[in-house]
This record gives sequence, structure tokens and C-alpha cells, in this order.
Amino acid sequence: MRTFTPRQISVSAVVLILLILYPLFVRGSFPVHVMILVFLFGMMGVAWNIIGGFAGMFSFGQVAFFGIGAYTSSYLLTTYHVSPWIGLLAGGVLAALAAAAIGIPCSNLRGHYFAIASIAFAEIVRIHFNNWKLIGAAEGLTLPMLPESFRNFMFHSTKTPYYYIILGFLILSLIACSWVSTSRMGFYFRAIKESHDVAKVLGINFVRYRLGAIMISAFLTAMAGTFYAQYILYLDPESVLILPISIQIVLVSMLGGAGSIMGPVIGAAILLPISEVTRVWLGYKGTGIDMMIYGTLIMLISVYQPKGVWGLLSTIGRREA
Amino acid sequence: MADQLMQQLVNSLLIGSVYALVAIGLTLIWGVMNIINFAHGDFLMVGMFVAFWFYTLFGVDPIFSIPICAAVLFLLGLVIYRYIVSKVMTGPILAQLVVTFGVSIFLANLAVMLWTPDFRLIDKPLLSGTWTLGAVQLSVPKFAASVGSVLVSAAVFLFLRKTKTGKAILAVEMNRESALLVGINTERINSLSFGLGSALVGIAGAFLSMYYYIYPQVGGLFGLISFCIVAFGGFGSIEGAFIAGILIGFVQTLGGYFFDPAYKYAIVFMVYLITVWIRPQGLLGG
Repeated sequence: MRTFTPRQISVSAVVLILLILYPLFVRGSFPVHVMILVFLFGMMGVAWNIIGGFAGMFSFGQVAFFGIGAYTSSYLLTTYHVSPWIGLLAGGVLAALAAAAIGIPCSNLRGHYFAIASIAFAEIVRIHFNNWKLIGAAEGLTLPMLPESFRNFMFHSTKTPYYYIILGFLILSLIACSWVSTSRMGFYFRAIKESHDVAKVLGINFVRYRLGAIMISAFLTAMAGTFYAQYILYLDPESVLILPISIQIVLVSMLGGAGSIMGPVIGAAILLPISEVTRVWLGYKGTGIDMMIYGTLIMLISVYQPKGVWGLLSTIGRREA
Repeated sequence: MADQLMQQLVNSLLIGSVYALVAIGLTLIWGVMNIINFAHGDFLMVGMFVAFWFYTLFGVDPIFSIPICAAVLFLLGLVIYRYIVSKVMTGPILAQLVVTFGVSIFLANLAVMLWTPDFRLIDKPLLSGTWTLGAVQLSVPKFAASVGSVLVSAAVFLFLRKTKTGKAILAVEMNRESALLVGINTERINSLSFGLGSALVGIAGAFLSMYYYIYPQVGGLFGLISFCIVAFGGFGSIEGAFIAGILIGFVQTLGGYFFDPAYKYAIVFMVYLITVWIRPQGLLGG
């Protein structure tokens, strides 16, 4: 098991306390909303990292799992009045099964081929959901207005409970991710990443482990999907199943540092505030300028900080210590 | 029934040959540099808009603005390669994958800013109307685009096989280090391939502008399909991309005809996934 230094533990405790206090000290709902998005994409980045950062499979189709999670809980709620918390688990299980279905044919693919296959898979899901009458097809689903409570996973007067729920989800994802990285699976992934062929010769059944990683990653991403549906209360294929969400997930991980546990959270904490603020300032006119800035940001990160800022931070941290 | 089927087969060839040209541009870049240009579809969009504006502002028909589209896109490709893509070539694979998404988002939204998200159409192209051959309706601009695409693809094939520069490109594709050893300027070949691949998609844009809607997001779908075609045909293989392009034309058209038109692209992606499952290296990949 990984051992944490007292310094790491105290820094984490301080950060956690500050995050818990944050909603009590900010005015208005926008700062809370931005942090909710930071946690949401941080969580999905952490989930991506399990397959992308550790196992070296660069998935650009995570949005499929996000969409499956969002749709499963919303469909169960609107049609059968099933609690979103149960829907959350059902969505996670379905997403993990879908991940296994796509993971078996794709787990032998490497690099570019895996990336394209993952996009193709997500596009199939999007096209299908766009035409599937049972779940509202292109019109999507509108969630019923229920009294606000934790039980109903629904709050109208304030965003703060959503903030704490998604913070909890993020912490859960971080625990899952650090468990994977210190487990046997994590060591095998590093071996596979170092050399695909050597790992194969040593008899590591990497298909099985890769499948496990994809399923865990899909489950967590689906949880984020249910959260998003409960937060926005409306979903359609063009809002929860589109490629830009997948790209954003990859981007926060890369910016923070793919392969490090905290990296994606740092990446989300940098990227989401920038993109939300530019969207609010410049996006309302529909001129595309906000997205041009976003595209430029992607190019700058890829060229100047492709290994992520986490490496940068930890070297500074070591020097200080 | 037989007549309708015949019509579908013709339609498959008409769209498949244009796909082939788009995919050949992509596979050239992919094969030489091992980089996927996710902005390839947006390059196509730029080509379509260049043709549109030459038509609208100066009355130049797309059939005559083909060289202009090729030149503009060649330059765009060179700039993108020189100032962005070449900077990540030695970086992590993930950065190589992500960087062209940035280019894609930037170009599509630049088009939104400059020209609004509206759909446009070249209303009276020089080549228009339909020929009726028995029971089959043949749209003249689609036919011209298809024949043009095949001719350009053949020209690329000959260029790569017969000219010194073409052979140098193929040599770099086979083995970069050895190519460097025999005195090939690989950096120049990279720029040239990126420019050439972009010029090809620019030409395809000019062809498509004769009959297809022109709007900033038009590249998304074409881009995605061309990635599938390239991977389907086999890594970096020009012949593979051509054959796979035609095949995907059939899959899409017949899939839409026999199952559900709304699912035609889903069927294309499904066929692609099944292919890479059985043959991860693609049809003609080594």
C-alpha cells in the first residue's frame, strides 16, 4: 500500500476543509456552479486516467458512458419513478456492461486505432439515442419536478447540495483510482505501458485487466452522467452525447498530468473556470469567439505543457521539502 | 425494386469516390507522420467555403476554383504543420492526438464568427441537372465530383509511384531513419505531405460545394467517416484508402436503404468496429 507523508496528509486535509467551506463564503450561484463543473470534469478526468493514464488506452468516447448514466437514471425516474440513487447504480452497471462489450473487440488496439474506435462507439450510441423513441429520441427527456431533498437528488433553491454531492463523488473516484494504481492491476498497467510485448511474453493477461479498467472507468463516468442529469434536469443526445465532452475529459487529464492521481483534478481546476468565464462573457452572442479561444488553448497546452502541470507542481514541492 | 437497388448502387459509387479522395488526403499525412489530423474535416469545410466565396463574390464556378482551393488548403496545411503539428511530433502521443482537435475547434468556430452558422448552397453551378439513364437518375454535379475524385486519386497514385518526390514520400512512410540515411530531407517531406494531404481535401471541398450544403460544422461528419475509412483501409495505404472509401460508400448507402436511413452512419461505424476487431491493421495494412 502506498504510504503518504505527513506533509501530503496535512496539505490534503487543508485543501479539503477549504473546499468544504467554499460555498459558505462566496456570493451568488455562479462561483458554486463553476466549482461543480470543476468537480464533475475532475471526476471524469480521474475515471479517464484509469484507462488513459495508467493503461495507455486513449479513449475519446467517454461521453458514451456519461450519456448512458444520464439516460438510465432519467428514464427510470420519468417512466417508473425509480429513485435517481438507484438509477445511478443501474446506469453505472449498464455503462460498465457497454464498456465490456466495446472493450473486448478493442482491447487489442493501440494508440490511434483505439482513439478512433472509441469515437466510433460513442457516435453509434449518439445516433441510436437520437432515434430511440422509448427514451424521447431527439427531443430528449425532461425530469419531473420533485420536492427538493437529498433522497430525490433534486434541489431548486440552492446549488450548494449539488456541490457537496459531486465533491463526494470526486473523492470516491480518487479513492477508486488510487486503489487501482496501487493494486496488482496498477503494476500490470505500468508494465504493459512500458512494453506491450514484454508484458505479453511475461504472461500478463492484459485483456482481462484492461477490461477491468475500462469497466471501472465507465461506471464512474456514468455516475457523473446521472449527477449531470439531476443537476440540469433535462437531457437530449445533443447535450450529453457529443464529442466535445469527450475531448474536454481528455484535455483536463492531459493538462493536469495523465497518469498521476490528482492530475485531472488540477487540470479541471485550471481549464473549467477559463472556459466557463469565456463562455459567459463571449459565448452569448453565438459568435464562436469563446470556442476559438478554447481551441487555441488546446493547441497551446499540447505544444507547451503536454506532460501536464502536476509534474511541474510536484518538482516544486520536492524542492521546497 | 431492382431499379431502386440500381439507383442505390450508383449513389454508393458517387459518394464513395469522394470519400476516397478525402481519405487519401488523410492517409498521406497519417502514413508519413503517424499523426491523425482531426481537423481534416474542417479543412474540407474551408475548401467548400473558398469555392463558395469565389462563386458568390467573383462568379467563379467551383469547377474553375479547384486549383484555388487546392492552393489555399496547401498553404493552410503548411502553416498548421510548421507552427503547430511539428511542435508536438516529438512530444507525448496524447498531445499529438489532442492538438489537432484544437485546430478543428478553432477553424470551425472561426467560420462561425466570419460567416455565421447558416447553411449555404451554390445555387446555379455550371454543372447541374440530372441525366436519366434507363431507370437511374444521375445527378450531373455528383457525377462530375465522382469522376473528378477518381482522376485526382489516380494522379496522386502516379505521383507517388513515378516522381522522385513521390518516391521520397513513400520512402519516409516506410522507414524514416533509413530515408534520412539515404539523404532524404524528411522535414521537407513532412511539410510537403501535410500540404499535399490538405490540398487533396481542398479539391474534395470544391467538388462537394457543387451540390452539398456549406456550413461551419459540415466537416465533423466527413472527418469522422474519413478516419474510419483510413483505419479500415489500413494504416497509411493509399490503395487501401481508395478501396475502403468506395466500400464505405456502399455500406452507408445500402445500409440506409435496407435498414433505416437515420442509422446509415451508425452502420458505417459498426462495420468499422467489426473490421478492426477481426483485422486490427485494416484491410490492406501490413
